[in-house]
Amino acid sequence: MFSRDNWKEIFKTIQKNKLRTFLSGFTVSLGILIFVVLFGMGNGLVNTFNEFFGDDATNVLYIFPGRTTIPYKGYKSNRVIEFENGDLEDIEKNLAMFVEYTTPRITRSGLVRYKNESNNYTSRAVGPAHQYAEKTIMMKGRYLNEEDMRNRTKYVVIGRLVEKDLFQGEDAIGKYIDISGSAFMVVGVFQDDGGDNEERLIYMPYTTRQLIEKNTDKINQIIVGFKPEIGYAGAMALDRSLERFFKEKKYISPEDQNGIFIRNVADQLKQNQQFARVLQLIVGLVAFGTIIAGIIGISNIMVFVVKERTKELGVRKALGATPKSVISSILLESVFITTISGFVGMMIGVAVLGSLGEKLKDYFITNPYIDMVMAVSATLVLILFGAIAGYIPAKRAADIKPIEALRDE
Amino acid sequence: MIEIKNLHKSYKMGSNSLHVLKGINFSVGDGELVAIMGSSGSGKSTLLNILGMLDVLDEGSYTLDGVPIKDLNETKAAQYRNKFLGFVFQSFNLINYKSAMENVALPLYYQKVGRKERQEKALKYLEQVGLREWADHLPSELSGGQKQRVAIARAMAAEPKVLLADEPTGALDSKTSYEVMDLIQKINDAGNTILIVTHEPDIADMCKRIVHLKDGVIVEDKKVTQVRASQYV
Repeated sequence: MFSRDNWKEIFKTIQKNKLRTFLSGFTVSLGILIFVVLFGMGNGLVNTFNEFFGDDATNVLYIFPGRTTIPYKGYKSNRVIEFENGDLEDIEKNLAMFVEYTTPRITRSGLVRYKNESNNYTSRAVGPAHQYAEKTIMMKGRYLNEEDMRNRTKYVVIGRLVEKDLFQGEDAIGKYIDISGSAFMVVGVFQDDGGDNEERLIYMPYTTRQLIEKNTDKINQIIVGFKPEIGYAGAMALDRSLERFFKEKKYISPEDQNGIFIRNVADQLKQNQQFARVLQLIVGLVAFGTIIAGIIGISNIMVFVVKERTKELGVRKALGATPKSVISSILLESVFITTISGFVGMMIGVAVLGSLGEKLKDYFITNPYIDMVMAVSATLVLILFGAIAGYIPAKRAADIKPIEALRDE
Repeated sequence: MIEIKNLHKSYKMGSNSLHVLKGINFSVGDGELVAIMGSSGSGKSTLLNILGMLDVLDEGSYTLDGVPIKDLNETKAAQYRNKFLGFVFQSFNLINYKSAMENVALPLYYQKVGRKERQEKALKYLEQVGLREWADHLPSELSGGQKQRVAIARAMAAEPKVLLADEPTGALDSKTSYEVMDLIQKINDAGNTILIVTHEPDIADMCKRIVHLKDGVIVEDKKVTQVRASQYV
């Protein structure tokens, strides 16, 4: 079946029937090409989602103070809610089961200067645990620690781009920068996957910030990191407990939607991941449809090919071709064409995806790629179905009596 | 060589069945050149198709070179056709994307003859039909007579026991017809058994024996003095 002679015969047939070869090859190539590109784009969408939401820790709740809208327990409405240091301790004490860490965040922005360079930057006054919440990666030096909090040190950790812009290539560690009139020593430089804006931040101990601001103990925002093992349900329970706890502590009506706000990353992440998954599913379905269309296309061509060759097959049978040799020559021809063109289409698709890279980032497609195993199996599926689709008419052609085939004009 | 006893064949045409061959008894010896004649619908082509194992018989027996031909599956039939029979058709039935030589070599391919030997043999048979220098031409570049000569070379290439020709001159003008008949006579002179289906009396006269078919039965079976085609060429 696989002798050199058979292949010679098949090559000859392929060579002499260029249109047919081209049609079936083109169908398969195009099917695989579209499949690979679509599937890759689907993966690109998912990548974008992961990039958007993967930059921060996912086991985190953000608590923001608001303004009351309902009078409660003798307090008028429209009261501004504020958090203070004691709230952090209360959370850690009362919800120790759930909570891994807490950190305040006080956000300010102002002019920052080093020698002759100056620029406006946002500074965040935070606790040591903030590093986990933001997934801050230290490039050099160290992050803020408990010692800094206790001693209210005037140390800062600056973003990669702050160092780049202010220090112009100089090493920032140990240097002093001026933040709104106070001198701070740089003890670390960090990078962050969250993008350029994240790398233009300056972190300082929240106690130091409070000291500067007339020794207050107010906090803008509280970030609560919960234990990952409590899972999604646990996170939702913690969300509710925190809300109840603060509403009680700050005398906010349980019905008041605006007293405090809790942003639950786990919840958002889950929704976004679901969204991404649905998107990928849709793209996957379209890609799957393309494969089906490819299979139907190749089946049609095979039916046509066999029909067109009925008479020739009759002649061959009259000359002594056995049904097996008729079927195998048709099948080998079709498998050969689909294999070659399938892999060509696949390689083109993979190359297209590779060349796209970051170019479609504006359309929320980052680094589109397709798993090689997926691409190869899709190609193999198409080849297999092409063969099955070819087998049925080939078998029928091999079974008709030579005389009927010869009569077919 | 060929032995046929009480052969019946009918075709189903919708709900009716058409009884085409109604009990044929017929035998052909080695080296004979037989013409099967009859008007259209007399069953002559059906008989030839059954002889050629292109069609199956309903009733009766058929023995070819001592081998009973019955209950053949397609594979076996293909092998027998390849081994015993050479076909020449009215419409030539050359494979249009293969050169003359490749067409002639095709039955040898199915006999699993090596490539080199196939080509040599094909060229030898093309030489015999006088088309050596047309070996590389496609059928579309050949005239009708040349096509039929290629088809005859193809039928001979497998060195069959019997050559079956269905209206071999039906699509040719009389001059070319005689050329083809001359070739067939020469092949017969070399000792090959040949059956020709024709409805042209002049072609039948160039055979050694004429069998007349009418409405599915043999009405006449006579030996004739052969008219040599070479005198008209």
